[in-house]
Amino acid sequence: MTTTRSYQSHQHPIWRRVLVTPEVAVIALLVLVVVWAETSVPNFSGPLTFPFLVLDAAPILLIALPMTLVIVTGEIDLSVASVVGLSSVLVGMLHHDGMSIPVAGVIALAVGLLCGLLNGFLVAYVGLPSLAVTIGTLALYRGIAVGLLGTKAVTDFPLKWTNLAQSGFFTGRLPYIVVPIVVLGVVFVLLLHFTSFGRGVFDIGLNSEAAHFSGVDVARTKLVVFAATGVVSAFAGIYYTLRYGSARGDNATGLELQVIAAVLLGGVSIFGGRGALHGVLGGVLLIAVISSALRLENVTVNVINIIIGLLLVLSVLSSSLLAWVSRLRSAGGVGRGRSGPRARRVAA
Amino acid sequence: MPEPSAGATLELRDVRKTFGAVVALDSASLVVRPGSIHGLVGENGAGKSTLVKIVAGVHHRDSGDLLLEGRSVDFSSTAESKAAGVAVIYQEPTLFPDLSVTENIFMGRQPLAGGRRIDRAAMYAEAERLFTRLGVRLDPRRPAEGLSIADQQIIEIAKAISLDARLLIMDEPTAALSGVEVDRLFAVARSLRDEGRALIFISHRFDEVFSLCDTVTVMRDGRYIATHPVAQTSVDQTVALMVGREVGDLFPKTPATIGEPVLSVEGLTTAGVFHDVGFEVRAGEIVGLAGLVGAGRSEIARAVFGVDRYDAGSVRLRGRPVPPHNPRAAIRAGMAFIPEDRRKQGLVTNASVARNVAGVIRSSLSRAGLLTPRAESRAAGPWAGRLEVKTGALDMDAATMSGGNQQKVVIAKWLATKPSLLIIDEPTRGIDVGTKAEVHRLLSELAGEGLAILMISSELPEVLGMADRVLVVCEGRLTADIDRADATPETVMKAATRALETHR
Repeated sequence: MTTTRSYQSHQHPIWRRVLVTPEVAVIALLVLVVVWAETSVPNFSGPLTFPFLVLDAAPILLIALPMTLVIVTGEIDLSVASVVGLSSVLVGMLHHDGMSIPVAGVIALAVGLLCGLLNGFLVAYVGLPSLAVTIGTLALYRGIAVGLLGTKAVTDFPLKWTNLAQSGFFTGRLPYIVVPIVVLGVVFVLLLHFTSFGRGVFDIGLNSEAAHFSGVDVARTKLVVFAATGVVSAFAGIYYTLRYGSARGDNATGLELQVIAAVLLGGVSIFGGRGALHGVLGGVLLIAVISSALRLENVTVNVINIIIGLLLVLSVLSSSLLAWVSRLRSAGGVGRGRSGPRARRVAA
Repeated sequence: MPEPSAGATLELRDVRKTFGAVVALDSASLVVRPGSIHGLVGENGAGKSTLVKIVAGVHHRDSGDLLLEGRSVDFSSTAESKAAGVAVIYQEPTLFPDLSVTENIFMGRQPLAGGRRIDRAAMYAEAERLFTRLGVRLDPRRPAEGLSIADQQIIEIAKAISLDARLLIMDEPTAALSGVEVDRLFAVARSLRDEGRALIFISHRFDEVFSLCDTVTVMRDGRYIATHPVAQTSVDQTVALMVGREVGDLFPKTPATIGEPVLSVEGLTTAGVFHDVGFEVRAGEIVGLAGLVGAGRSEIARAVFGVDRYDAGSVRLRGRPVPPHNPRAAIRAGMAFIPEDRRKQGLVTNASVARNVAGVIRSSLSRAGLLTPRAESRAAGPWAGRLEVKTGALDMDAATMSGGNQQKVVIAKWLATKPSLLIIDEPTRGIDVGTKAEVHRLLSELAGEGLAILMISSELPEVLGMADRVLVVCEGRLTADIDRADATPETVMKAATRALETHR
């Protein structure tokens, strides 16, 4: 075997690889909805719409980053909203007992890390299904949060800190929370798409046995993504508390489903192994823009939920349809002289 | 062809079955008479299991005749074959563990009392009768969970009798049984024979075949070879029929200089799987690990590489101990492992060729911790080229490729790590003849470059053609260490079936 073949790196030109993806479809839909809202929804183009949209969507956006990694490994984490609640309660109680916000925040982050590590340990090292584990810890963490503070709420936060969470640059037009979102966004994009670790995350989702045989530390990788989800959820909890100026045990109840819905809408496969973070960003913003625009149109929350639910079902349906069409196309491709192995597979 | 016979329970004539390009059964023929226990023997891959699956309705034959009690039949499901009176008892039965023994026997056809209630009393009484008839003591009310494999087989047999099966096929039933359990199974089998039923008994243990069966049929390479009454043949003659083919120089192995030991394994033991396994593989040497399917060859390889745990023993690579159960450490030490199941373990089929080939070395391709698809492509290209992987572009999914091409991707992936030891499990399983020869030439070439190779293969000609030394595994123990010069199909098969007592 002395002859060396050379290969093209790609089957398709760059524009096709970048543009013909589910992620771009979501972003295109987002642009369309924004254009529609700007032109025909009264007050959407006002100066307050964008800041409020970001402030409202920030916790979902933050948690969606690590949640994408969890779902790409083929797992799920339903306990995130409970970690938000627990972190909120901790910040409130510790501050109430005289601790400064930064110190209370660090403790809340550490507890979030522990919550994530417990999820990760049970899933990765004990081998329990993540759905069951995190349904359990969803109740456990929420239970601790409510148990600690009861039905009371802590609201006496210093103005300096609540302002930081509520205002922004350019007299509030660009909320400060955008800074951590961008920083974490860049970190997670690099981690998932441009590191050996990230390749391992995808390999585990596609075929965890083959990943194990190739020397990917499957258990450690899962532990890391669950731990990251715990920390980021705790951070979102601190933000949530300061943004609304209120620490309560039932803060952010049900947020986990909004996060997961946005991730899936962004083109991430619930079976693992497929997805990209720019799609997830598009998915989160798409839901946020639709809710915000429809609220301005005085559409009720129930109707908004129905529309977003339908959109999610349609996106999952369309990705199955696309997969079906591409199978048909490759079957048709045999006659057009495509490669032999593909033909054989279709015949089998 | 066996002599056709009026009144045969089962008759197969020139049955053929292919899976894609792979011919599993070429022309299988078999005549099984009522009141007889018929032994079916052959090497791994001779087509015994495919034959069983065709009779059981799991697979559909491509051509040939299948007659049950003289009538031509055409099963398209296991339910149809069951209804026609065929029962298969597998090596490890699959019962519903949470249901009772009786419920397992009557699954799907429970006797009904008034008001369509299940008549439990009748069910238990019938199960009791079946067990008495088989001469076994089992509580019909206990759950199937926790039953020994021997008892589970008895339940399958009881089910077969309650369905009044005319033909019972036992596919390697004794592999996991103890001596007493084997005796009990044989007693049951003989009583079923005396009732006039026909039985097919598949086993690799010749002593069992020769003590239980009255007729034995040999298969090889998917073909019928011969049928003899047990009284008129011998173990030696049967082994000769099983392996009887020209090995010749099918795979020209070029001689390589054998160097220092690369892999040393000592006292490797996993309870119930393999025991006290010790061997060496030297630089430039190809060591073949032969044995029957289920003998523990793959398990030994997996333990050496660290994907499985082991209870005792040590693995050293170039003198340095390799920590157990840690594939990453094994890879760092210089091991490469091409597993048996390409699609499940060898590659990520839904990832691109480039990602697969760069899959193990990717951490070393990172610059400042960052890895780009371009770096992966660049690193993968030359290795894919050396293996002559046929693909349009490096970003095509591996799923779309043929088996032979996928195997090349897996080999490329591991050669890219520049290993000093290559463990390769079934190097050419399910790949076409042309690619097979390429893989063999490559292995020979790699050994010439000083790579130590441990090759597991169920294909005897491959082992005999490629290996400098053949280690034979039988039931978890090394039973022979045969030099290339002394390795013949007979010596290897005998060691693999424990017939060669002197080597133990």
